[in-house]
Amino acid sequence: MDISIVSLIATLIVAATPILLAATGELIVEKAGVLNLGVEGMMIVGAISGFIAAVNTSSPFMGFVMAAVAGAILSYLFAILTQVLLANQVASGLALTLFGLGLAALMGNSYSGVKPPSTPKMEWFGLADIPVVGPILFNHDLMVYFSIFLVFAVWVFLKFTRGGLILRAVGENHDAAHALGYKVVRIRVLAILFGGACAGLGGAYLSLIRVPQWTEGMTAGAGWIALAIVVFASWKPWRLVLGAYLFGGVTILQLNLQASGVDIPVSYLSMAPYLVTILVLVIMSADRTRASLNAPASLGKIFHASS
Amino acid sequence: MKLLKTLMAGAALVVGLGGMAQAQEKTKIGFVYVGPVGDFGWSYEHDQGRQAVEAEFGDKVETMYVESVPEGADSERVMTQMALDGADLIFTTSFGYMDPTINVAKKFPNVKFEHATGYKQAENVSTYSARFYEGRTVIGHIAGNMTKTNTIGYIASFPIPEVIRGINAAYIAAKKVNPDVKMKIVWVYTWFDPGKEADAATALIEQGADVIMQHTDSPAAMTIAEEKGIYAFGQASDMKQFGPNARLSSIIDNWSPYYIARTQAVMDGTWTSTATWDGIAPGMVGIGDFSDNIPADVQASATALKDALASGATHSFTGPLNKQDGSVWLAEGETADDGTLAGMNFYVEGIEGDVPQ
Repeated sequence: MDISIVSLIATLIVAATPILLAATGELIVEKAGVLNLGVEGMMIVGAISGFIAAVNTSSPFMGFVMAAVAGAILSYLFAILTQVLLANQVASGLALTLFGLGLAALMGNSYSGVKPPSTPKMEWFGLADIPVVGPILFNHDLMVYFSIFLVFAVWVFLKFTRGGLILRAVGENHDAAHALGYKVVRIRVLAILFGGACAGLGGAYLSLIRVPQWTEGMTAGAGWIALAIVVFASWKPWRLVLGAYLFGGVTILQLNLQASGVDIPVSYLSMAPYLVTILVLVIMSADRTRASLNAPASLGKIFHASS
Repeated sequence: MKLLKTLMAGAALVVGLGGMAQAQEKTKIGFVYVGPVGDFGWSYEHDQGRQAVEAEFGDKVETMYVESVPEGADSERVMTQMALDGADLIFTTSFGYMDPTINVAKKFPNVKFEHATGYKQAENVSTYSARFYEGRTVIGHIAGNMTKTNTIGYIASFPIPEVIRGINAAYIAAKKVNPDVKMKIVWVYTWFDPGKEADAATALIEQGADVIMQHTDSPAAMTIAEEKGIYAFGQASDMKQFGPNARLSSIIDNWSPYYIARTQAVMDGTWTSTATWDGIAPGMVGIGDFSDNIPADVQASATALKDALASGATHSFTGPLNKQDGSVWLAEGETADDGTLAGMNFYVEGIEGDVPQ
C-alpha cells in the first residue's frame, strides 16, 4: 500500500475541523448546563449564510463572520424558548435542527452551483516547504488554526478565569449559583449564543472549504457527531481535538485504504470510525464514578428563579 | 417544513372540497425522495419529473412529496401517511424503499405504488428503473480515452446490483479502448453526504486517479475534481455548473415521460403492475453534452457508441466476458440477459478488490 501519511494527516485535519468547531461551542453550552441538540440546524444555517456572504462580498472572511452571526441568531431562538419560555430543551433542540434544515434550504435556493471564493492558506514564511512537518502543520487555512486556538481559549477560560468558574457553577448547580447572585439565565443565553456562533463557523467551513459548494442538507449529520464528541471528550476541551481528529482520521484512513486497494473487507473499514468511537467511550467510562462526575450536574434541567 | 406544507395543503383541500362537492376529484400523487430536492443529482431529477406531471395535467392532479426520507422504517411511515392522505399513486424513488413499499402496498390495495430501481412487484406495485449502465458504457468509453494515469476513480454507494452493474459496464468500456486501465473503487455507504463524497474523491486522486466517476447523489466530487484540475462526470443531473472544466459529460436521468404516462394510466383506470426498464433509446437515460476537452475523434466514437446502444446494435455486456475469478460468463457475441443484470453481484475480470458482502 502506498498511502502518503503526510497528505492523510493534512486531509483529516480538514475533515475534522467543522466537527471540532461545532463541538467546542457545544462544550461551552453544556458546561453552562444547557443541552442544545440543534447543532445540526445551526451548522447548516451557518453553512448557507457564510456561503451567501462570501459569494456576495468575494471575501471568505466575511463569510465566516456572517456564518457565526447567523448561527448565533438561530441559537437565540433556542435561548428564548428554553431560558425565557422554559420549554423542554431536548424538544426545542430537535425543533431547531428541523427548522434550520428547512430555513437553509429556503435561503440556498438560488445558490446551487455557485462557486465560492477560495480561502487562501496561511502564509508561514516558507515553513510550509519543510518536508513532512510543513504540509502537516503549516499548509492550512486560517480556520484550522483558529479552531485549535478556540479550544485553547476555551480551556484557559474554563480552567483559569473567574468567568469560567461562574459558567461551570451555573452548569453544576444553577440554584446555588442563583443564590450566590449570579444571573443564571443571562449566562446561559450567552453560552448558547457562543455555541451557535461556533456551530455556524463549523458549517461555513464545510460549505466554503471542505466541499466548496452549497447543497441542501450538506452537513449530513456532522452536527450529531459534534454532539457525540462532546460526550466522548467527557466535557474536557483538549479531548475534543483528540475526538474530532480521531473520528475524522479513521474516516479518511478507511477511504484511503479502500482507494489504495488494501485487502481488508470494506464493511470493516466503513464501521471503523464508529467502532473506534465506541471503544474509546467504553475505555473512558470504565471508571464509572469519574465519568459521571464529568457531566455538568444541571445539564438539561430547566431553571426558574422561583423554584 | 415540507411535510407541514403538505399537511396544510391537505387540510386546505379538505376544506375546499367541502365547499364544492360536485367538483371533479383530483388525482393525488405522492413522491418519496431519499435526498433533498436541491441535491442537484438523483432526487432533484425525480422532482423535475414531479413538476413535469404538474405542468402536464395542471388542475387535474395534486402532487405531494417528502424529501430526505431515510431508507427503512421511517419511509414506511411516510408512505402510510401519504396513502392516508388520499394519494392515488405513490412513487418511492430509492432502492432501500423496496420492502417498505411492498409492506405499505399490502395495507392499501387501492393505492398504486411505483418503486424505483427495485425488483419486487405486487398487484399494486410496479417497478421502474433506467438502464443507467448504458450511460456508464458511454462515459466509461470516454474515461478510458481521457485518463493519462490509466486510473479511473469510482465512488460507489452501496453494493447493490445497480451499482455493481454500473462499475462493470464502465470498466468494460474503458478497458476496450485502453487495455492498461485500472479502476479504483471506494465504497462510501451513503447516497448523499457531500463531505464524505469529497473526501472519497480526494483519496482517489491521491491514489493517482485522474478521471472520477460516481454513483452517489451530490456534486461534491465534481467540485473537488474542478479544484484539483482533473476530470469527472455529472451523475443523475448534468452538474456542469459545479465543474465547468472538470465535467466531461454526464448521465442524466429523465423521469418525466414515465411519470406523466403512469399518471395518465391512473386517471384512465388502465394502470397495471408492470416492470419498466428503459435505457437510452426511449430517453430515460440521457447523455449530457460533450466537453470541448474531449478530442473530436473520441466525441465521434462516443456518439457512435451511444447511437449503437440506442438502436440495439450494441449491448453494454457483450461477450466474450469472464467473471472476476476467470470463469466464463458470456461467450463470444453473447449478451447478458436482464435477469442476470438485475441481480448482478460479481465483478468482471480485471477489476481488483472484492464486492463487499
